[in-house]
Amino acid sequence: MVEDKTIGGRIFSAINFTLLAIIALVTVLPFVHVVAGSFTTSAEIAANKFVLIPKVWSLEAYKFIFSTNTLFKAMGVSIGVTVIGTIFSMFITSLMAYALARKDLDGRKVVNFLVVFTMLFHGGMIPTFLVVKELGLIDSYAALILPSAISAFNMIILKNFFQNIPEGLEESAKIDGCNDFGILFRIVLPLSLPALATIGLFYSVTYWNTYMSAILYLDDSAKWPIQVLLRQIVVLASGMDHSATLDATVPPPDQTIKMAVIVVATLPILMVYPFLQKHFAKGAMLGSMKG
Amino acid sequence: MQELTAQPAPQPKRIYKSNSELKKRLWRNKWLYVMLTPGVLYFIIFKYLPMYGLIIAFQDYKPYQGITGSDWVGMKHFSRLFTEPDFLNILVNTLILFGLNILIYFPIPIILALMLNELRGTFFKRTFQTLFYLPHFMSWVIVVSISFVMVTMDGGIVNELLAYFGFEKINFLLNPSWFRPMYIIQVIWREAGWGTIIYLAAIAAIDPGLYEAARMDGAGRLRQVWHITLPAIRGVIITLFILKIGSVLDLGFEHVYLLLNSMNREVAEIIDTYVYTAGLRQGQFSYSTAIGFFKSIVGLIMVMTVNKISKKMGEEGVY
Repeated sequence: MVEDKTIGGRIFSAINFTLLAIIALVTVLPFVHVVAGSFTTSAEIAANKFVLIPKVWSLEAYKFIFSTNTLFKAMGVSIGVTVIGTIFSMFITSLMAYALARKDLDGRKVVNFLVVFTMLFHGGMIPTFLVVKELGLIDSYAALILPSAISAFNMIILKNFFQNIPEGLEESAKIDGCNDFGILFRIVLPLSLPALATIGLFYSVTYWNTYMSAILYLDDSAKWPIQVLLRQIVVLASGMDHSATLDATVPPPDQTIKMAVIVVATLPILMVYPFLQKHFAKGAMLGSMKG
Repeated sequence: MQELTAQPAPQPKRIYKSNSELKKRLWRNKWLYVMLTPGVLYFIIFKYLPMYGLIIAFQDYKPYQGITGSDWVGMKHFSRLFTEPDFLNILVNTLILFGLNILIYFPIPIILALMLNELRGTFFKRTFQTLFYLPHFMSWVIVVSISFVMVTMDGGIVNELLAYFGFEKINFLLNPSWFRPMYIIQVIWREAGWGTIIYLAAIAAIDPGLYEAARMDGAGRLRQVWHITLPAIRGVIITLFILKIGSVLDLGFEHVYLLLNSMNREVAEIIDTYVYTAGLRQGQFSYSTAIGFFKSIVGLIMVMTVNKISKKMGEEGVY
């Protein structure tokens, strides 16, 4: 847009910038508060409520939460589900997206319609639960992966991306004797890294954030991923709804401890986010609207 | 979503001279069909089998007898829906939260996108966007947890500030009248920034010449926003509005479930959480499937109706 040098324009810009800066602060402050709170002592929190930069640094809370095996176990489950789930989902999503992107495939329109239809209508929680149960997946880690292995939305983003790759490239590979798998893995996927990074981020965040599948399909608390543990420690303790699993005789954990668990459950996302965020805005736009 | 908005390009119908030509084509693309198989199996098993499973809404489903062995009861569970006072209450609760979503949340990403677009200098624009998008990647458990440690009575920063300024402390978590404000604030905090992406993409497609011309005509910044930017993204706004309307009864299970407790159940129980409680906790599979079915049908009808209306109004619609 054109530079606006009038006085009115400058005032407008200044007000706009200030408002956006305030909104950005409001967005970030809760994180800063929680991270700072997790690195200090409960005495410090009690004395100086408004902790943004701890005066007294302490790893007390982290030492406490890692003193038992529970948190390690839950993190292990979440990491495992995230890594395996993401690889699996990316793999079968790419296969399906590529096949559907090829215009010479008979029946692609039908499959396409069936995929889009699932975005408009679905069987719902109970019938899906019954299917998972019939398959014998209850209390298995596979129940955290298989029922949500493909996101129709991600698949369509990827399919649209594949469709924009010039067909000539595929043709020439074919002439050189590549079969469709060869074309996909040696030509199409390497050309699609921004799109793959985007949906890879979406999938891994979804798996790391897995919560609903876990409470629906896992009865065994030893198998809980970190998000369910987080709910036990923070939400149930704060909600005072002791009717649920938490023992009423145990006092609710300290603020610092709750904050430390939140940080641990958030950390992996905060770590990958800066590396991937330059891709996803572009990737999400590509998929959602071109024209 | 592109698939939904794009008009299907007219394609010449393939006419095969003989069966053998079709067979040849199928054989030539055999690897593509192999690639398609895992995906198709996924959709059949985890999306279409549950749709088939909806028929238990018309049965008295007994887990050990299965779908084939359970008794048919017709519309019994559906008629129970409309006579059960519980259901009316959760329907109202659902609609109120939906109303908050439409009235309060929906305009915010639009305004935010307009503001971001008016920002001069790419550095700040990028920085703000990076920060605004971030909460979207936090699970509802994390969002709810963060807000709980902030508003709790024993040392939460919000209550400490209230006390500092001489107000009464408020028990935000157990007080039913605070459930809805907390809900919508969390929705805004998590989703508003992410919601701007699609509007910013639409804004980026606007011809800069239009602004140039408006400036020649003496239009200030606000007038440019009003007369150029907003009309240009009207189509996107309407499309997203349709999608939102379609999810009228589908607010998502996790968020509300996490905020729900025995004190605020009266205002917080919505269809999704009720399906979980009645279905999985109390074992009323058929009844809660009927509720879920009702919800899905309403959603489908809403999308189709609003889409039709928007097409009549000369807009693009979702499909």
